[in-house]
Amino acid sequence: MNKYLWILGGFVALVVLLAVGLGLNPRDVPSPLVGKPAPAFSLPVLAKPDQSFGPKDMAGKVWLLNVWSSWCVSCRQEHPVLVEFSKRASVPLVGLNYKEVRGDGEFDMSKMTPEEEKKLSLERAGRWLSQHGDPYALSVLDLDGRVGIDYGVYGVPETYVIDKAGLIRMKHTGPITPEVLSGTILPLIGELSR
Amino acid sequence: MKRLFLAFVLVCLAAVAGAKDAAPLADDPVAEKRLIALSEELRCLVCQNQNIADSHAELAQDLRREIRGMIQAGKSDKEIIDFMVARYGDFVLYRPPVKATTLVLWAGPLLLMLVGLVALVRYLGQRNRRVTDDAPLTADEARRAEALLNETRNP
Repeated sequence: MNKYLWILGGFVALVVLLAVGLGLNPRDVPSPLVGKPAPAFSLPVLAKPDQSFGPKDMAGKVWLLNVWSSWCVSCRQEHPVLVEFSKRASVPLVGLNYKEVRGDGEFDMSKMTPEEEKKLSLERAGRWLSQHGDPYALSVLDLDGRVGIDYGVYGVPETYVIDKAGLIRMKHTGPITPEVLSGTILPLIGELSR
Repeated sequence: MKRLFLAFVLVCLAAVAGAKDAAPLADDPVAEKRLIALSEELRCLVCQNQNIADSHAELAQDLRREIRGMIQAGKSDKEIIDFMVARYGDFVLYRPPVKATTLVLWAGPLLLMLVGLVALVRYLGQRNRRVTDDAPLTADEARRAEALLNETRNP
């Protein structure tokens, strides 16, 4: 009898272990960038392509960096949350438009010059924002995804909360839900803005 | 059935034809070998059970391009691995370093094997004792056995 209890106990332990393991989100990989300075970049601004923007322009401010693209389906899902956020936000939200053209997979990049890619990206991203609303203080274009690599982007959308000292304080992978916004991001912004 | 097989073959061919391989560094086979060795050690975060060498995800292609650039710039393997870990964390390594957070990962299997071995040795010991228990009968046991045997002989 005692022996069977052992086996049963082992089985239950295994079931619990697997249940917990399967409940975890494999996309939720902890970012090593949290607590580190936001990687520097200088990228063209979507609305004014002859100007550039970088994290140093935000020194002394708490701000959010949101990685998006017009081909990204989950971005469309989170977009209303961002638009709502921007209406009553106390901090600026900056958009990092990630591989607008080459990420789409619909274009043969070997037949496109960098100028054409930039022009098409500006058009597509601008159109998308005018269709769905623009929650961003400004958006920058990361045409080849190099800045994305520096930020450890592996699935759009991703969102970073950056503090006054320019340190990344939080990274959220995947669409921002109203729960994540009110439960995690807004309290963090409140704390950092103090 | 034949048709189905043909369809299957065609689908496979299409997949092979559509697969975009990174352009090799034809002029530098040593660098290309290093690229492959490095990217086999690194996990693709998009399709997490593939390494960067195998994966056709766009991010994997970008990262191969990035690694190739670093090889050409003369970076060491360690510098390249550090570059990846700084951005994506230990999770990109198929062989993560031994740390407090990865201790269960490294020691777990060994621990389980030890538990199994101890259980096995104990079980075998118990069974051995039961099977080879050939101590001579005591006087009392001998009398009882004799009685039982007599019972069956003279009903």
